[in-house]
Amino acid sequence: MIRTNVLTCAGTGCSASSSGEIFENFNKLLKEYGLEDEVKVVKTGCFGLCQKGPIVAVYPDKIFYSHVKPEDVERIVSEHLYKGRVVTDLELSDEDLETHEKILDIDKIKFYEKQQRIALRNCGKINPEDISEYVAMNGYEALGKVLSTMKPEDVIEVVKNSGLRGRGGAGFPTGLKWQFEANQPGDEKYVICNADEGDPGAFMDRSILEGDPHAIIEGMTIMAYAVGAHKGYIYIRAEYPIAVHRLEIAIQQAKEYGLLGKDIFGSGFDFDLEIRLGAGAFVCGEETALIASIEGKRGMPNPKPPFPAVSGVWGKPTSINNVETLANVAQILLNGAEWYSSIGTEKSKGTKVFALGGKIKNTGLVEIPMGTTLREIIYEIGGGCPNNKAFKAVQTGGPSGGCLTENELDTPIDYENLVQAGSMMGSGGMIVLDEDNCMVDVARFYMEFIVDESCGKCTPCRVGTKRLLEMLTKITKGQGTMELLEEMENLCHEIQDTALCGLGQTAPNPILSTLKSFKDEYLAHINDKRCPAHVCKDLLTFSINKDACKKCSACARQCPVEAISGVPGKEPFVIDQSKCIKCGGCMSACRFGAVERV
Amino acid sequence: MKSLEDLKKMREEALKKVEMREGGKDYRVVVGMATCGIAAGARPVLNRLVEETADKDYNCTVTQTGCIGMCVYEPIVEVYGKDGEHTTYVKVTPDMASEILSEHIGKGNIIEKYTVEEARKGAGE
Repeated sequence: MIRTNVLTCAGTGCSASSSGEIFENFNKLLKEYGLEDEVKVVKTGCFGLCQKGPIVAVYPDKIFYSHVKPEDVERIVSEHLYKGRVVTDLELSDEDLETHEKILDIDKIKFYEKQQRIALRNCGKINPEDISEYVAMNGYEALGKVLSTMKPEDVIEVVKNSGLRGRGGAGFPTGLKWQFEANQPGDEKYVICNADEGDPGAFMDRSILEGDPHAIIEGMTIMAYAVGAHKGYIYIRAEYPIAVHRLEIAIQQAKEYGLLGKDIFGSGFDFDLEIRLGAGAFVCGEETALIASIEGKRGMPNPKPPFPAVSGVWGKPTSINNVETLANVAQILLNGAEWYSSIGTEKSKGTKVFALGGKIKNTGLVEIPMGTTLREIIYEIGGGCPNNKAFKAVQTGGPSGGCLTENELDTPIDYENLVQAGSMMGSGGMIVLDEDNCMVDVARFYMEFIVDESCGKCTPCRVGTKRLLEMLTKITKGQGTMELLEEMENLCHEIQDTALCGLGQTAPNPILSTLKSFKDEYLAHINDKRCPAHVCKDLLTFSINKDACKKCSACARQCPVEAISGVPGKEPFVIDQSKCIKCGGCMSACRFGAVERV
Repeated sequence: MKSLEDLKKMREEALKKVEMREGGKDYRVVVGMATCGIAAGARPVLNRLVEETADKDYNCTVTQTGCIGMCVYEPIVEVYGKDGEHTTYVKVTPDMASEILSEHIGKGNIIEKYTVEEARKGAGE
């Protein structure tokens, strides 16, 4: 008889930190201790707190272990599972900021306390490779209810009333999108799940697919019924092998149980689902390019209209929804439009998942109700910037988004507010930048990404972004002029006005948004030939203060290019600027702070 | 699977697999499972508690803990109620464990004669 469940995270992040080995060690040791009939080990999806991974949860005790290493498993088995003693030094905990008391209850830990999990509700709770665990969490009940008691137009009405909007970034009302396709004549229609997640730093769609693949299958089947489609595609990038693998298993299981295929729930409704792998091009997240790729063509966008709802894949009416959007669908049908629309702000209902990354203590995946402020996410959930560094900006919306500063931190998050503040919701990547980040360099990073990912179909994006990158590079090298800056800004606006697809039109955003809030940093690079954050190498000079130098030679021994010379114990050390590659090695090697960086 | 009824059946079966992760039970039954407890026979007690709770669907979770510090009274079973009040049963055998489940968890009656207070009186403490 099973008395305890041990859940190990098998998401991509924790798998990379040997959670697979942890899982195997548990099974091996449980056998050795004769506990294999009492304790069950379950591989589950992402717990969200990736910073503390790999995470292992023990139920019903509700104990969470963090940073678990394969060799820690023996202690957890022999102490906790065999003798009932919690291994306290591995336990995930938080400190109460006022009383400094240790918080161990997982629901009270700051990272989880403010979250409300709808799309991520099963992630870290169930075994994604076992359909019965999904069913135990009320899985497929919404689909059963829809097919046995509702008409397609009723489903659309519920989704419309719920206020659900596309979580891929643009925020188009989902019910309306479905309505457009449902209104089209003909009986050959399609539905697509867009799992081509490509924003740097974003991994919410991957985690949902890895942790709760059946929720996407259920959501797509409901959507297909609502719009009158009988065939669906999940377009997912091949770089997500774990997600693809779990989806394949989930589709197979759903077929075995008759939840996909012919006459689902005895309603006469047929629906079949196929996975299509993308080769990992950013532009294929754009819906017309995605459709081209599914059809086997080169992934390039086409002008709209016609919209996919009228002429999509194979020229037939098609609805495309993002993974996170679909993860909400079954919950809305199960709990009602009123329940969903009671969460969030006036125009943005429900919750949003964000992937927190960059200079933040608690890197990971968080799901918050719309209307939560950026400050709550970054400071209360994310724990602020590590090493007491000052917060500088937060980048949201990926390459098409922008950077928000301290002034915008109290903005309640919703689609409209973020656009008004100069960024956008995007798919939900949220990258925190601190005082050590150079904003010109950040803009250059995103521009490099865009140049790499431009499909090349239209000139403004293909040539324009390349020119922008060259201009930015010049500025970071100290070769910028005020004329160049003006030219760059003009080019940005021209690309916005003339590029073919959404990606091209938003490509200049990284420059425009950093210019808006951090013009002083651009000016420092151009006028003073100085990088205030000490990032742009060409504008840095390292030197040794000869009065502070203790002549220990630590710097010289560290230098990879032998640019530092001196006589140990006798003469202070000097850096030969012509040889220096500005790696900063000497600065971290010096224990007396004698190496200076300007 | 052809109807909501079929799905319900499947769910009831599947719930047993995951319900211990959900919490929300009225009682928490904790067994002392340190070396002293195990030596005194806590393992069969734990197994009986787990099996009967699943069989008869008692409103409690069963977990284990380490040494409570009263090794002489092992095996010890503690029952925590929702309001934090708790009862300590001592020198528990598997059959006593069944009784604790049916009386205390099932009907809400504390079995005084098995509690540590009674045992202490008997020992003249």
